Amino acid sequence: MIVKNKLNNNLVCAHCGENCPDESYKIGKKSFCCAGCKTVYELLNENNLSNYYTLMDTPGVSLKEFSAKKFDFLDDKDVVNKLLDFKDDKLSVVSFDIPQIHCSSCIWLLENLYKLNPSINSSRVNFLKKNVEIHFSHKKISLRQVVELLSSIGYEPSIQLDSAGGLKNTVGKSLYYKIGIAAFCFGNIMLLSFPEYLGIGAQDFFYIKVFGYLNLALSLPVFLYSASDYFVSAFKGLRKKIINIDVPIALGILILFIRSSYEILTHNGSGYFDSLTGLVFFLLIGKLLQEKTYSFLNFERNYKSYFPLAVHIKKEEGEISIPVSKLKIGDRIIIRKNEIVPADVILFKGNGSIDYSFVTGESKPVQKVLGELIYAGGRQLDSAIELEVIKEVSQSYLTQLWNNDSFLKKTNSNFTNFSNTVSKYFTLTILLIAAVASGYWLQYSTHTAFNVLTSILIVACPCALALSIPFTLGNSMRIFGRNKLYLKNSSVIEELSKINSIVFDKTGTLTKAGSSQVTFVGPLLNPFQQEMIKSVVRNSTHPLSRSVYDFLQGEKIYEVSDYEEHSGKGICGEILNNSIRLGSLSFLRESIESEFTGDENDEISSQVYLSINFQVLGYFNISNVYREGFEKVSSELGENYELTVLSGDNESERKNLQRFIGSEKNIHFSQSPGEKLNFIKNYQAKNKKVLMFGDGLNDAGALAQSEVGIAVTENISYFSPACDAILDATGFSKIPVFINFSKISVKIIYISFLISFIYNMVGLSFAVEGLLSPIVAAILMPLSSISVVFFATVSTNFMAKRKGL
Amino acid sequence: MSVIVVLIGISLIVALGFLIAFLWAVKSGQYNDTYTPSVRMLFDDEKKKKEDG
Repeated sequence: MIVKNKLNNNLVCAHCGENCPDESYKIGKKSFCCAGCKTVYELLNENNLSNYYTLMDTPGVSLKEFSAKKFDFLDDKDVVNKLLDFKDDKLSVVSFDIPQIHCSSCIWLLENLYKLNPSINSSRVNFLKKNVEIHFSHKKISLRQVVELLSSIGYEPSIQLDSAGGLKNTVGKSLYYKIGIAAFCFGNIMLLSFPEYLGIGAQDFFYIKVFGYLNLALSLPVFLYSASDYFVSAFKGLRKKIINIDVPIALGILILFIRSSYEILTHNGSGYFDSLTGLVFFLLIGKLLQEKTYSFLNFERNYKSYFPLAVHIKKEEGEISIPVSKLKIGDRIIIRKNEIVPADVILFKGNGSIDYSFVTGESKPVQKVLGELIYAGGRQLDSAIELEVIKEVSQSYLTQLWNNDSFLKKTNSNFTNFSNTVSKYFTLTILLIAAVASGYWLQYSTHTAFNVLTSILIVACPCALALSIPFTLGNSMRIFGRNKLYLKNSSVIEELSKINSIVFDKTGTLTKAGSSQVTFVGPLLNPFQQEMIKSVVRNSTHPLSRSVYDFLQGEKIYEVSDYEEHSGKGICGEILNNSIRLGSLSFLRESIESEFTGDENDEISSQVYLSINFQVLGYFNISNVYREGFEKVSSELGENYELTVLSGDNESERKNLQRFIGSEKNIHFSQSPGEKLNFIKNYQAKNKKVLMFGDGLNDAGALAQSEVGIAVTENISYFSPACDAILDATGFSKIPVFINFSKISVKIIYISFLISFIYNMVGLSFAVEGLLSPIVAAILMPLSSISVVFFATVSTNFMAKRKGL
Repeated sequence: MSVIVVLIGISLIVALGFLIAFLWAVKSGQYNDTYTPSVRMLFDDEKKKKEDG
């Protein structure tokens, strides 16, 4: 009997902070996760750049060793000219987007590039835009070498040849110009309006005229230039017969201008130029603040937008599992049955039978031969194949697949419906109220009627409604992601808050794969037999198969022919004319006789029987190790939700599980995938909203059927697009908190709706009574949208901290 | 009292000068990056290596 345990490795790479699989890369006392990180460390040390590590703990970016051919295209003169910002005799200037910039060490290192290569004169980083502008002498160093240098320290630039380049900057500047001009005119008009405020009399008629004309002249640049955005947007909307939020604002500004010019030119009054320019000034400031707030919140989201997928790659030492984001061109990856190909690859070994239903919707499998190209997103239906990566993984492409229409569940989102109806009628209602109120006031005083009209048009702001949902849900998604729960999209949060019953799959979800206690009950297996079994088992992604694989010894992998995997029963294959079968006893008995008369004992474990050449030799005893925290999770959840466990395994586990679940009737064994699916359907027929946890292997259908399906993963690349979220196994103990938090997020959205509604009500009531001046209205309007955004963001962060997320 | 017109004129011209300075600053990239300088100023200067001989 052989027992094997896994050692827990706690070494952390001194460069990038990832876990080191072993101690093979070491300098003195520091260890590194790979040759790349070690190289960067040495490079920085040699050039006296070790300050990099003092600014932040593990600032490095995990390195992708680039293949030498990758930057061949930079040798082309046309390409170089396209990319350069500026070039003269001696100097060239280029700017690159480097998404890996994420901390102060990055800024420091990139601005000290000249120390790594003196042909680089200087470099300057723009942190928020994540780009760097490099000045270099092109006679001493070529553009290609600059890019290769950047890649070698882990900051590979993202080069897109079809981007327009320099246009980006000028767009941001125009807002500053407009604000500057509006501020200038506003301030001076205020000064010139003081006589009016302080009661200039009719005897100074001449001065009244002068001030009036000056005001008119000063307001022209504001009206024509600074406010132009609003007019353009309102006009575009009206052309498409949509009344957007800028229509009332543009209308308000127009009315103010016309009325004031009329008053000045006919010497009938003093006009409202101070209100007009103040209005435009504050609106523009509000716009600037909004832009800054959004870009700040978006910043972190883009950097961390990925979800965890791991894939097995082949190295000289053997096969190791790495996150999909670290795949480089030329890597050999192993994709087993039912796993998804994460990148564009060429088939190197094995039989490819690819199901492209996730990509094209076509479920008829395509046969692939050696050397043929397989696109990312395809699912392998045959036994394990070896593939060579030819294009790197695009996380966004995989996320796109995940959000493919065929996987969208019919959701009825309460608040999306609500905000849609409101936005339709909002602007029309506002215009109506404005017309009625000013009409009423016209009988008393044109001055007040005028104020009322413009204030109403300005103060009403539906933007809060449109903003609170994306900001709250977006922030919540970020918080979940930080805690290892990766959601497909934000509507999952609302669905999660509505559930009332929870179903767990057992194997792989509640039990840890791989770290089980495995023993073999039967005669000692010789090395050849072990290698054969290992080769067959390698093709299966089932957690029990993985446990057996880790347990067996032997390096050689044999070609398996006629590999078959029967869900819920077992696997079989043929190696060098030996027929190997693994699985349940009944599955093995399907093929002739057995000399082994073992009885189905009631130990707390799973048994995988083994037969070679139709002789049952014995069984692998795999004792279940339940995840840490399962007891706590089930007791916390059991208080509020109905818990059920479905398992394809046999009854031997019942007593053990009952400790956790409590009631006997909610544990079902020997469930086939179809039975699991039907179970969910039955629950839903009783009007229950189901949250299902599975490992995505043989419960894909059930995951898709339930309102929310979460796949619990642990380093395998089984990715089922039908699931709504991926939970990394280390986050398992936080499940009750996650569900609670999603409810809180929904509450926060409703509260922010309420805030926006109250604001509009209060603002309108003051405006209608004529108590609100247009300037104050102009200040309140952007204030309301910013305050809603801040409330949404701050309260989600605060509640997350309180709940321990 | 009529001197006030002259005063207003002069003040407008001075204010215009400031406006032009602002527009010029924006154009030459002053506000392109309002965040990184705050990080940059915290970096230590390297001590110059003493040269022998």
